[in-house]
Amino acid sequence: MADKKLAVRMRNISKSFGQVQANSNVSLDIYRGEILALLGENGSGKTTLMNMLSGIYFPDSGSIEIDGKPVVIGSPKDAFDHGVGMIHQHFKLVNVFTAAENIVLGLKEPGPFDIQAAAERIRKICDSYGFDVDPNQKVYDMSVSQKQTVEIVKLLYRGAEILILDEPTAVLTPQETDKLFAVLRNMRDAGKAIIIITHKLHEVQDISDRVVVLRKGEYVGEMITAESTTEEMTTMMVGHQVELNIERPRPINPKRRVRVHGLTVRNNEGVLKLDNVSFSVYSGEILGIAGISGSGQKELLEAIAGLQPVEIGSIEYVNDDGTIDQLIGKDPLEIASMGVALSFVPEDRLGMGLVASMDLTDNMMLRSFRDGPSPFFTDRTAPKKLAEKVVEELEVNTNSIDTPVRRLSGGNVQKVLVGREISSSPTVLLTAYAVRGLDVNSSYMIYDLLNKQKANGTAVVYVGEDLDVLLELCDRILVLCGGKVSGIVDGRYTSKNEVGLMMTKLGGGKA
Amino acid sequence: MVHITKRKEMSTQQALVIRLGAIVAALVVCGIITALLTGLNPVSVYLTMINGAFGSQRKIWILLQETAILLCVSLALTPAFRMKFWNLGGEGQVLIGGLTAAAVMLILGSRLPNPVVILLEIVAAVGAGAAWALLPAIFKAKWNTNETLFTLMMNYVATQLVAYYVILWEVPKGSGKIGIINQSTEIGWLPQIGSYKYLLNILIVALLTAGMYAYLKYSKHGYEISVVGESTNTARYVGINVSRVIIRTLLLSGAICGLAGLLLVAGTDHTITTTIAGGRGFTGVMVAWLAKFNPAVMVASSFLLEFMGRGAGEISTIYGLNHSFGDILTGIILFFIIGSEFFITYKFHFSKKEEGERNV
Amino acid sequence: MFDLVAFIPRAVAQSIPLLYGSTGEIITEKSGNLNLGIPGVMYVGGICGVIGSFLYESSLADPSHINPFLGVAIPVLCCLLGSLLMGLLYCFLTVNLRANQNVTGLAMTTFGVGFGNFFGGSLIKLTGAAVPTISLGNTSKLFRATLPFASSMGAFGKMFLSFGFLAYLAIIIAFVAAYVLNNTRVGLQLRAVGEDPATADAAGINITRYKYVATCLGCMIAGLGGLYYVMDYANGVWSNDAFGDRGWLAIALVIFTIWRPNVAVPASILFGGLYILYLFIPTGKNLAVKELYKMLPYVVTIVVLVISSLRNKRENQPPESLGLPYFREER
Repeated sequence: MADKKLAVRMRNISKSFGQVQANSNVSLDIYRGEILALLGENGSGKTTLMNMLSGIYFPDSGSIEIDGKPVVIGSPKDAFDHGVGMIHQHFKLVNVFTAAENIVLGLKEPGPFDIQAAAERIRKICDSYGFDVDPNQKVYDMSVSQKQTVEIVKLLYRGAEILILDEPTAVLTPQETDKLFAVLRNMRDAGKAIIIITHKLHEVQDISDRVVVLRKGEYVGEMITAESTTEEMTTMMVGHQVELNIERPRPINPKRRVRVHGLTVRNNEGVLKLDNVSFSVYSGEILGIAGISGSGQKELLEAIAGLQPVEIGSIEYVNDDGTIDQLIGKDPLEIASMGVALSFVPEDRLGMGLVASMDLTDNMMLRSFRDGPSPFFTDRTAPKKLAEKVVEELEVNTNSIDTPVRRLSGGNVQKVLVGREISSSPTVLLTAYAVRGLDVNSSYMIYDLLNKQKANGTAVVYVGEDLDVLLELCDRILVLCGGKVSGIVDGRYTSKNEVGLMMTKLGGGKA
Repeated sequence: MVHITKRKEMSTQQALVIRLGAIVAALVVCGIITALLTGLNPVSVYLTMINGAFGSQRKIWILLQETAILLCVSLALTPAFRMKFWNLGGEGQVLIGGLTAAAVMLILGSRLPNPVVILLEIVAAVGAGAAWALLPAIFKAKWNTNETLFTLMMNYVATQLVAYYVILWEVPKGSGKIGIINQSTEIGWLPQIGSYKYLLNILIVALLTAGMYAYLKYSKHGYEISVVGESTNTARYVGINVSRVIIRTLLLSGAICGLAGLLLVAGTDHTITTTIAGGRGFTGVMVAWLAKFNPAVMVASSFLLEFMGRGAGEISTIYGLNHSFGDILTGIILFFIIGSEFFITYKFHFSKKEEGERNV
Repeated sequence: MFDLVAFIPRAVAQSIPLLYGSTGEIITEKSGNLNLGIPGVMYVGGICGVIGSFLYESSLADPSHINPFLGVAIPVLCCLLGSLLMGLLYCFLTVNLRANQNVTGLAMTTFGVGFGNFFGGSLIKLTGAAVPTISLGNTSKLFRATLPFASSMGAFGKMFLSFGFLAYLAIIIAFVAAYVLNNTRVGLQLRAVGEDPATADAAGINITRYKYVATCLGCMIAGLGGLYYVMDYANGVWSNDAFGDRGWLAIALVIFTIWRPNVAVPASILFGGLYILYLFIPTGKNLAVKELYKMLPYVVTIVVLVISSLRNKRENQPPESLGLPYFREER
């Protein structure tokens, strides 16, 4: 490693967003001819750090050197000029443009502008690496993996020397991932510096030469991949041995609460998102839902909550007396007026679950504002009490209950949302990525709250992305794969490996 | 190197200081421009403006009346804007309200007793204004048709409709004017309180301001409007029928514009012309936006703009200049306040880097 | 009998200000800026040309011996300068200060219309000139000059060759704009800025510069529409508020043409025709009905808005980030 040529030297980089310190004093070296894995949990500042290298953000302090020369990267253009290219998690592609138009965008090639000539060059690159891209296809007609391929071709076309990939495999099938890794190895061998941001340990093992670990915005250490074990990496990443120790009491007297049968859903663009999904949720249990992101989790919860039009299928709510209510075709208000106490903690907390500009009190009455003695005026007494109660019981960190919720930090926002949703004593509680972006303490508080609901006999649905949590928290785990039910397993007896395989392949056969 | 980031939220007092600072800076610039154009010294510019606005009892009444009407239109637009529905059709909604009021006065004035005529003209004007706003609202709610241009075009349709009836009803023939309606009988005229010609209008708008404040802040409808304006996803999530809220809110918006038309036609002018709305449909947008759609603050912002208008009018009259001078000064004030919002949301960082000096 | 030979030239003459306005607005909107200040900009463009030309004509001993080059260049440059300043103001407020585009635009329209009417109504007083009205007949003659053989070519000459140079320039600008937008690197980058500024930014395109250049260029083109109106259409006579609502119609035309300047050429002629159709429909003594016919362009615009919202085709959508400010570090 010593003979490798230094490509990038970042020193004492700090960056904050408002009150949030995203990076503090991070120093990092990147060499040519190596693949560096930047490892860290969600919110550990990996993406922010790389965004500063690619010119999206500008560091508050610190210095960057490229090829031994100090540089100021004030814009993505500066980054390009220094040979730095980044593939973002959210693709930077113009939807109404073709692949070729996206690839040449921003380039100043000599000679007159000729998109067909560029398309030819793109075809050549694709042929040499074995990519399947039609340069004249519009981006909005492409699948996710096609879009990513366009992004990679874009970097190759530009001849970037330092490539950053932000969680590139999150949307790929195993085969596509293998293909991508093969390309990355080719590029490494051609002397390029490659950084891959990830929190998946097996990928780190598979592809990287060296690992740098970030935790809570700080550099905690690095190691040579070949000389390290995943356990060592995990320890460094989370700071202690992973023993989540989430409680999991046995469900008490479970009774069928919701029965979903043959559910099929298409999104606005007519793409099939759920395909013949059938399962049941029981009272007093936590049903986990696992799957690669975009496998239909969002549509499933929204269909149950009455927010997503359904093509065919049925969603039945089983009352205590055994009578059945059909939920399909009802909006949330109609579902509530049928006496179904259904609560929903959506993924988009500030864009759907809460109103960002309103204070805590007003957010508390989002579901109940129609109540109160006056038919015309709102009554804020009960919501105010509820807000005070939530702040106290869930230890929400806020100046007052008159603070707009957008001023709260992510964890506190989630406590407000969950607090409101469980205040109505739901019989069904749907949650989507309930601990995403939350620190450990807040996460555990949310797990506790869910367990309390479970103990009260609520049927809890927990859509999650962290398999470790799903395996420790949930009684049963439903695995979605491409909108289909890949299988339902018992949380107590399954393994991470089994669920992982089911996520990538229906039924979990050899992936 | 200058670098910009979003600031943590600023306190209301600090924000107020910045906005007041912007107004003062704008007034200084206005004074300098006026001084350059007229040769007056800047101090007498302000004195002339103050004199134009408050110089006599009559001037004060006119100022209050104009403020009231502008405020009325602004109040009408506010619920729609809080919902992020860009109703630029205030002009047309006022016109159509005024037109129907005039029609009732003209056609029924000689056939029905005065109270019945007044009642009918109120219903007609409010209803017509509401209907004029309903059309774009329905299309917005059902097919997401661009409401900005739709409402804008409705203004011109209304203008031509008024032009048509003005010619149809003109007195005397060929004059292109209707003249004072029911001048001898005063039938259909809104009653005058004592000897104060404008007092009724001012009181009505004062009540309306309080009502709108309560409606937006304390009513269930107002709450729904805020939720829809912030995020239609959240609205759907709690079962608010977004289409219904859009249509209901625009009916209210149009109805109050119709009322403003009524106040102009039956309350003060007693005639109808194509220019009776006087651009208030647009100025009202600014009034509402400057006040961040808070009816209480809109009293101040409408007063400020009318004061500038009246003051500039005085200068124009004295110096034989065109009366559009007021629009120029209004524009300057608006530019300053619009620009000042930046300093409330963002802050600058200056880093002392010699190399790579460049604006981001 | 409908007199097509008389109708077409008048429709075209009506259409030119609309065409300038909509071409300018299309270029502006392609950068993601929705400039509702275009009506004001067109007033400013017109009056600045008038001011320049008025001062020039007043400085001449005998205005009928006007220098043809200066007589055209001075108003055109004044017009471009005035419109450019309006564009810079809009950009400074919306791009640098990230102000709300709708409010900024409306304020610019209030300001611009007021500016036009104020100087139109006060120019004589302010300069102390000894003339009763602003009538720039000599300058107008230059703007209205047609090819010498146009009048000898009968109906063809009347329908296609009877216009001043600004009319042809409008059509040329529209086609050039269409070509640049669709077939050049600059056009591609501009469209990217309006569609998805974050992506364009990541591709190394200077968002601020593109927004500035597109908006200022758009304003200058729109300003020429005001100049054409007063110098050519109105024979060099400025009358307050005469320009009317053409600026708003120009903005409506942008949607009508689905953001294509080449489509704006026939579309603006259609609108120009609708604008003056009432003059060609015999109504006898019923003058009132003419007022109803004047509704036509607005009603047609509404119908077009509704139709375009009903057929929701991907290619026919406005630039995706139209009206939104861009701040790189937003999160």
